Order: sequence, then C-alpha cells, then structure tokens
Amino acid sequence: MDPMASAVRLAVQEAVRILSSSEDGGHIISTLRSLRRYLGETQTQAPPEEQEEFSRTHFSTVLRCLVGKLSPDWLGLMPDGQLEELWASFFLEGPADQAFLVLMESIEGAASPSFRLMKMAWLLARFLSAGRMAAVMEGQCGQQAGPASRLLQETLLTRVVSLPDRLGNRLQRETLAAFFPQNYFPLLGEEVLRVLHVVVDSLRGGLDCSISFLSQVLGKACVHGRQKEILGVLVPRLTVLTQGNCLWQRVCWRLVECVPDRAMEAVLKGLVEAAPGPDVLSRLLGNLVTKSKKAQFVMTQKLLFLQYSCPTPVLQSLLGYLAMDSQRRPLLMQVLKELLETWGSSSAIRHAPLEQQCYISKAALICLAQLGEAELRASRDELLASLMEGVKSRLDSSLPPVRRLGMIVAEVASARLHPEGPPLKFQYEEDELTREMLALAAPQPAADGPSEAGLPVAPVSGESPDQETVDGGCPQAGHEGSDSELDSDDELIPYDMSGDREQRSSKTPAYVRDCLEALTASEDWERWEAALRALEGLVLKSPAATCEVSLELAKVLLHLEEKTAVAGFEGLRQRALVAVTVADPARVAEYLAAQFYALNYSLRQRMDILDVLALAAQELSRPGRLGRAAQRGPLGPGSQPSGAVIPDWQVVVEERVRRKTRRFCKGSVGRATAAGPNEFSAVAGYFFFPLLQRFDRPVVTFDLLGDDQLVLGRLAHTLGALMYLAVNTAVAVPMGKALLEFVWALRFHGDTYVRRGLLSAVSSVLLSVPAERLLVDLPDELLEARSWLADVAEQDVDEDCRLLAVKALLLLEKLRDRLLPLSSP
Amino acid sequence: MGTARPPLCERMAAPAPDPQFVLRGAHSAVHALHFCDGAQGLPLLLSGSLHGLVHVWSLQTRRPLATLDGHGGQCVTWLHTLPWGPQLLRSRGPSREWSPAVLWPPPGGSRPAASCSGSQGRDLKLCLWDLEEGRNAVVDTVCLESVGFCRASVLAEAPRRWMLAVPGRGSDEVQVVELPSKTSVSCLKPAAGARLGMPMCLQLWQAESSPRPLLLAGYEDGSLALWDVSARKVCSRVACHSEPVMGLALDPRRARGVSGSAEKALAVWSLEGQQALQVCGTHELTNPGIADLKIRPDSKILATAGWDHRVRVFQWRTMRPLAVLAFHSATVHCVAFDAAGLLAAGSGDQRISVWSLYPPT
Repeated sequence: MDPMASAVRLAVQEAVRILSSSEDGGHIISTLRSLRRYLGETQTQAPPEEQEEFSRTHFSTVLRCLVGKLSPDWLGLMPDGQLEELWASFFLEGPADQAFLVLMESIEGAASPSFRLMKMAWLLARFLSAGRMAAVMEGQCGQQAGPASRLLQETLLTRVVSLPDRLGNRLQRETLAAFFPQNYFPLLGEEVLRVLHVVVDSLRGGLDCSISFLSQVLGKACVHGRQKEILGVLVPRLTVLTQGNCLWQRVCWRLVECVPDRAMEAVLKGLVEAAPGPDVLSRLLGNLVTKSKKAQFVMTQKLLFLQYSCPTPVLQSLLGYLAMDSQRRPLLMQVLKELLETWGSSSAIRHAPLEQQCYISKAALICLAQLGEAELRASRDELLASLMEGVKSRLDSSLPPVRRLGMIVAEVASARLHPEGPPLKFQYEEDELTREMLALAAPQPAADGPSEAGLPVAPVSGESPDQETVDGGCPQAGHEGSDSELDSDDELIPYDMSGDREQRSSKTPAYVRDCLEALTASEDWERWEAALRALEGLVLKSPAATCEVSLELAKVLLHLEEKTAVAGFEGLRQRALVAVTVADPARVAEYLAAQFYALNYSLRQRMDILDVLALAAQELSRPGRLGRAAQRGPLGPGSQPSGAVIPDWQVVVEERVRRKTRRFCKGSVGRATAAGPNEFSAVAGYFFFPLLQRFDRPVVTFDLLGDDQLVLGRLAHTLGALMYLAVNTAVAVPMGKALLEFVWALRFHGDTYVRRGLLSAVSSVLLSVPAERLLVDLPDELLEARSWLADVAEQDVDEDCRLLAVKALLLLEKLRDRLLPLSSP
Repeated sequence: MGTARPPLCERMAAPAPDPQFVLRGAHSAVHALHFCDGAQGLPLLLSGSLHGLVHVWSLQTRRPLATLDGHGGQCVTWLHTLPWGPQLLRSRGPSREWSPAVLWPPPGGSRPAASCSGSQGRDLKLCLWDLEEGRNAVVDTVCLESVGFCRASVLAEAPRRWMLAVPGRGSDEVQVVELPSKTSVSCLKPAAGARLGMPMCLQLWQAESSPRPLLLAGYEDGSLALWDVSARKVCSRVACHSEPVMGLALDPRRARGVSGSAEKALAVWSLEGQQALQVCGTHELTNPGIADLKIRPDSKILATAGWDHRVRVFQWRTMRPLAVLAFHSATVHCVAFDAAGLLAAGSGDQRISVWSLYPPT
C-alpha cells in the first residue's frame, strides 16, 4: 500500500476517534483544524496528493462523523459558536458533491422534528445560497463517466432535482423558503448557467468538457413539470448569450441534444413556449430536428397533432423555426401535407374536438404563410386534393364554426396554391376567431414586431395637418355666402338627419284578404312589399278574419319567394307565418307539420317550418298573452314556462312604485305573474306528433337519416322546444314517451348537432313531464336514457354535448331526490 | 371671422331632438296653430281642430284653458289674434291682456276633400272672439263668399282698424275687407285669361318704405302674384311651382320669402325693390307635399309642415337643413313660432308637439 495513503488514513482515523469520544472543546477544535489541512485554503496545506486522497476516500467518513456528533451540548463545548462555524466549513468548502450527498442523506435519516434536522436544513440552505450547487454540477462536467461514477451521477441527479420534494417531505410545515420549488428551480437555472459559463471558458481554453449532466438535470426538471421556472431563467439569458456567439450556440445545441429521449418532449415543449420567437428558437436548438429522431417526432407530430394546447404565438415560433433553415424546410412541407390531410379527413372532422380543429387549421395557415410559392407548387396537386376533400366535408357540417373554419382555410389555401386563378370567396360573419385566422395567413414581418408596430400609427397622426387646412378653408367659404347679414347663424349646428328617408307610398293593404291578394296576384312590387310588411299587424289585429283564410295564407307565405330585395324579408315572412299559426293553431300547425315531410320543398323551407312551429308554440304558451290572463283562476306562478316578455316600461314603472311604496307588512312574497291557461295545451298535439311520424322514411328529395342531417338536428331541437313548451299540459306524457323513443332511435348519430338536439330534448322531457308520471309511465326509457347520458357525459368528443348530458343527468338526480322522500315511507 | 369655428370632424351630429312636450286632447286633427300672450304675459297656444273646436292651451300647465265652439263642427283652418282688439269691441275693463281671436273656418273640412264635402256653404264664416278676462264669446262674424282652402291674412292698418284678405266670390278673386266695419274695400281679380286658378294662400303686408299695402297670393297653378291692394293690380307674377302653392312665408326684413307646394321642392324668392318677384332658387325635399311654412320672428330658422309627417327645420339665410323632426304619425298641417322661439306643430294624429330648437340669443 502507498505509504502516503496509509499516513492519511491513520491521521483521519485518529481524528475521527478523537471527535467521537472527546469532551474537550479545545482538543476537538485543534483536531478539526488539523483535518482542514486536507481541504486546502489554510496556511499549512497538506501536499496535493494527500488532499486528493483525503477527499476521495475519507471526506464522506469525516462528514458523517461530524453529522453524528451534532447536538446542542457538543456545539456548546466552545463559546461563541466557534465550533459550529468550523463544523459547517467542512460542508461548505469540501468537495461539493460528497457534501451535498451527505447533507441530503443526513436530512433524510434524521428523526422527524429534531435539532439536528433543522440544523442540517439551515446548512443546506446556506449550501445553496453559497452557490455550491454549481460546484456540484461542475464536478460532474469534467469527469469521464465510468460505470461507478455513472451510478453516483444517477444518485446525484435524483437528489438535485427532487430536493424540494424530499425537503418538503421531511420538514413538512417547517420547510424553508429556499426549498420551495418556485424558488429552488430558478436558482437551479442560475447555477446551470454558471456552470455553462465555466464550460464555455474551459472550452475556450482548449479543455474538453461534458455537459451531459447538465442536460440530464434540465431534462429531469422539465419532466417534473418545472419548465416554466427553470427555462424562464435560462432562455432569456441564453437568448442574449447566443446572439452572434457560435461557441455559446454550439454549447446550447449540445445541451439540448444530450437531453435523454424520455425527457426530450418536456424540454422541447418548455423551450418552444419560453422562446420569444422562431429566430431565438433556431439559435437555441440548431438543427436538432434533423439530428434527433425523438426531437423530430416531438416537434413535427406530437406538438401539432397529438396536442392542441399551445397558444398561437408558440405555434408560430415552432413552425417558424422549421421554416428558418434550408435543412429543416422539407420537414415543414411534410408537416403541411400531414396537417392538410388531417384537416381534410372527414372522420377527424366528426371526432376531433372543435378546439383541435381550430388548432390544426391555424397551424396549416401558418405553414402556408411560411412556405414559398415554388415549394407549394411542387406538391400542389397533393395539397389541393386533401384541401378540397376537407372543404367539402366541412361545408357539409351542421356546426357553423366548423363550416367557417372550412371557408377560411379554403380561401387562404386556394389563394396561396392557385395565386393565378380567380380567388375563392365565401360569405361568413367576422368574429374574433376569423380575424385571428386571417391575420395568421398574412406573411410574418421579418424583423421584430414592436418597431414595426409603431409605424402605421405615424401616417394617421400625419393626416391631421391636412384636415386643418381643409377646415381652414371652410369658414371662408361659409363667409362668402353671407351677404349683408348682420347676424351670423354659424352656431346653428344641424342635428342628425340620417333618418330622413323617402316615405313609402300608401299602398298598404288594410285587410288580411287584401294582403293575401296582393301577395299572390300583385305584380306591383311596392304593393307586394307593403302587404308583406303590414301582414303581421293585420293578422294580430283581426284573428277572426285571419281564421277564414289561415290555410291559404300559410300556404302563400310558405312558398313566398324574395322577388325583390326587401330588407328583412326572412324576418317579415317568418313573423307573419308565426302570427297566422298563432291565430289558427290547429289547422295551420297541422298543415305545416304535414308539409314538413312533403315532397317538393327546399331544406330552407323545411327548416322555416320548424322555426315557425317552435316560435308559434312559444307565443301560444306565453303567459298573459292578449292581456286576458288576470281574471283566470289561480294557477301558480311556477306553472308557466319562464321567458315571459315584460315590456321595459312596465319594469321601470313597477320598480318606481316599489321604491316609493312603504309596506307595513308583506303578503305573499312572490308577486303572481300574469297567470292563465297554457293555450298551447289544446293544440300541442298538432304541432308535435306529425313531425315525429315519418323521420325514418326517406323520400326522393328529403332524407333525414342520410344527407339532410342538418334538418334532423333542427328537428330534434324543435321537438325539444315543443316538449318544453308543453309543460303542465295533459299531452305532455305521451309526448315525452314519443320523444324519448325518437331519441333512443338516434342516440348514436354521428353528427354533433343532432346529438346536441337529442340531449336538449331529453332535458326538456325531464323538465316538462311530471315526475310521478315519468316514473310510472316511462321507467324503462328513463333507465336507458340514463345510461346513454352517462356514456355521453364521459366520452363524447364535443364539449357542448358533454355539458348537455351532464345537465340532463343532474335533472335526473334532482328527479330522484324529489321522488325518494315520497316512496320511502 | 370664423376663427372660432370648430373643425368639421369635431362637429358630430347630435341625434334628432325630441319635442319639449306634447299637447294631447284636441280629439281631432289639428289644422291651425297660433301663439299669443295671455294674462300676466304668460304665453298661450291656440289650436283649431278638424271638428270646429278651438282650444286655448296654457304652456305653463300644458292643459287646455278653454274650448271655443263656434263653427258648427266645421274645420278651423286659420287662427289669428288682433292687437288692441278689445278696445274696439269692448271698451270697458282695465286689463286687456286677452285679445279676441279671428277664426275662420272654411267650409269643407280637411283640405283634399273640401270640394266634394257635403258641408259646403253651411258655415262660411269667420268669427271674432272676445277672449278678454276668460270670456269666450263670439262677438262678430264675417260671412265669407267663397268655398276654398285658402287661409286669410290680416294687416293692422291703424289702431283699431284692420285689413283682412280672404278669397272672394269668384273662384279666382281675393277680397279685401276692412274690419271692424266689414266693408269690402277691394276685389283683386286677375286679368281675364290669366288662368291662375283659386288663391291658395295669402299674405298681406306693408313695406316700411311705402304706404301702400301689398298682398302676396299663391295660386292653384303654382304661381305667385304680388298685388298692389290700393291699385288693384298685379305688380309682379312668377311661376315658382308646378303644383298648387300650399303655403308661403315672407321675411319682410330681407324682402325674401319661401313657398311650398304639393311638389317635392321649396321655392325661395325675393322681392326686388319691393316690386318685382324673382325666384332665387329651389330646395329639393325628400318627400313631396308642404302644408305650411313659418319663419321664426328673429328670421333665423324656417320650419315646414310636411305631408310626410315630418317637420323640417332650415337655416333661413342659407336654406341649410338643420333638423328633421319625425315625431308625428300623420300629416303635419300647421306650424307656428312664438316670440320666444318655441315651435309648435299640429298634425292629423291629433297631437301638438312643441319644440325648443336653437333658442334665440
């Protein structure tokens, strides 16, 4: 054996013996001082080889012995905390990795609430604040990893990253602020950066370094979900450091490259989110996606197709990163193809949530904006094929947002793919989403945003001098007009006269029959329009006259075409038709419901029929209509469906009366709102049952279960509405039964809109049919509906569907709660 | 000049104004309006209705003070108050705040149906009322000779003497009657073959420079004639409209006036040297048909009563449109200004709206 090594061992053994047995403070101090020789930094240093031997072999033993002696009595052997200071210096100045491991070990081994535990925790906090963590990691960077030290590294790594958890577990409520994850991980980030500085310096000095330990620390921290904390510190600093510095860039690339595969996703997602833009991302990552399969998968598949949580700017920097380098551009093209393929797949449209469809559409638009014309032309046919298929299936959808997505992407994509062709133009309502999407389609400015954002403001402010000169000319012009006037009328400011329109000629028919005649026979369009405008009022004024011609009128209105551009034609026609239906509900509703399944109608007309029936039913069931509710018997206020429209002025007047009136005692609390029989009650059957009769029998022009699912969805919604409006009527029970059967037949329908209608129909059955009757008459249907609702609530792709199902389930629960007290005794 | 004028872009158009208040209770279409001063100088508004009643409204309480019934249910189309009236008819009583009203009902009810109405000739009279001290009695009547739509015009010649212009016996004649003697002083008949048609609106006035009273008359053929009453001859004639002239308003200070007809335009004309009528220009309207026009006493604004249910307000000097008051739901038959600048409009919807626009400074 090496004599030097044995000498060191002997000295250490002696010191450990003294430390563990001696009660003499002076003796202990001198022993500790002698040991410190091996740590260096004293006036009497031990020779370097002895120092190395000590730190490699004996340091942990000494530290463990020191930890074992820690107690208030022992520290009290010398005054003024001399001993404690000397004791702590071993941990803070000796080799950092061993000190750290011993610290962690002793903290985990200490009895739960104890003097030693707290002392060690404070010492660890000092250790962290003294920046020793950098030393820990630095120690791992220089080494060539052998098998033994890899195990050690593994242990170290685990301890470093899970420090907050472990400390939290041990210390419970007494844990220190330094160990909170939100404080610890930023600190860890700072330490990583310091180590990187050291690494870069030593690389400049021509020394080899390995930063795989740092990558592992980073990876593990990100896997633990601490991307924000650690990268929030790292990325801004690295952004600055990598600017125009190749060495730093290479170190950065290496840092990310060395991240283990299993942590790659977490790290990349964190980086993409933290990076302020594609150029920064490009500096930090380099051509990582072309080197690492895992990284490529994460960047081109996982973040785009399997997740849809990234906000739009992140998506932009991700795709911008792919576009920035010629080596990465083929990947972008590939991504676009796949995006459009997914976008166009009809099954994806049916089964993917709306948010994801939005996400994919946005990504596709960004790709289109990033790619050049030549690149697009190369694979135009392929792109167009999937685009067209997508547009077709999207326009077929019954959900307006899905249709709108289809229109926007189709417009933008066709303009990019076919710049020479005539532009495709759809009509859709502008909202926030469409504006955002269209903004994405515009090519990104190359330079930073803020400096350019300031520019467009300037011309606006620059216009004001022009305006002043214009105005300056104005008074003179006005002055010329005044001849010898003494008085100036300049202060007479005109009021708004925009409402001054030409008056319509007075061809308005005065009777319902005149209207009918004008609408059918008249070639005089002014008269035709006047008749259409007057019809609703006339019908309301004279219900009796309307009843005589109600069927003819309904027929005419249903077939009425917009022959001239009448503003608000649809609304006028619908209101008139509703008024006619209300005037003579039984006959007109029966007629309309029968026409719903007739041969020669457009889908538009069929949907109009549904709307009119629902609106008329609502009007009929409105409490207090025609103002003859007051004298009727005391039907409870709760008996009417809500939604009675009280005129504004009435509310205002009532509020005023209430405020000015002092009441000495209160009668019934809820003022009985206008109560009256539900007029819908007598005719609900005419509205409801004919609509249910033939939904499963397709005719040539109308196939509810096939292509015309939009109408089916409307039908389901309308039936639900009719059911709801039939509350407190005798016919509600058979209606509910029929409606539940209808729902049961269609419960697995593929279209979201139809399912929504069915779910709301179930809810309205639960609301309208009396609870007792539900249990007596429809127990099986209820059970079936319940299991279906539970399925939908858990598994449906559409958020609204899930929500509706949960609401219906809640109604069922309420129903059960109400029935249980009745049945239990 | 004009430096204080705000830039155009800052002058946002205020929304169309609302009436200051609305008088209801005439119970039939309002065809004539007239402001006058009542007791203690409180302003009153007189309104004449389709059913022959005259309501006296207090603008303080906004309620009718009195209802005068003297026209046998026939439409009241013109109201005027005579200054110093009571002295002539009733010489006793120290306070004379109330003046008698000259009310003239034409026979035929509302204007378009007049010629075929069955009440022709039954109530061809113009009543003089004594309204002093709250009385409401007819003190005198002037029998009229003609059945027409034309409103009369009155001119104070001297204290206690007035000149009244009304349509005469012949269909195209204008008769000038002196009150209170009720003697016909002249009959203004257009030259044979002039084919002016019936007189539709009249305006008597006397220029400051000349002692001779003048009469402006608008005729059925759309032309406007300036008569020298004493000489009984037409000084000047101009064709301003292609439809009957329905109303005219004169601003004697500027020697300028404006007339409205059944067509879609207003005509502005001037009296060159008080003698020659000359059309200065026309102003297009959105909808055809003007029933009445008035210029505010301070000559700043002009208001027109439209068949399109709207009252239009113009800056009189420039004919710049200032406001369109779309409050009424039927033809507006008459407008009136009071000295303080209030504007009243009476309409076929039986309401009288009172507006306060551009208060005079």
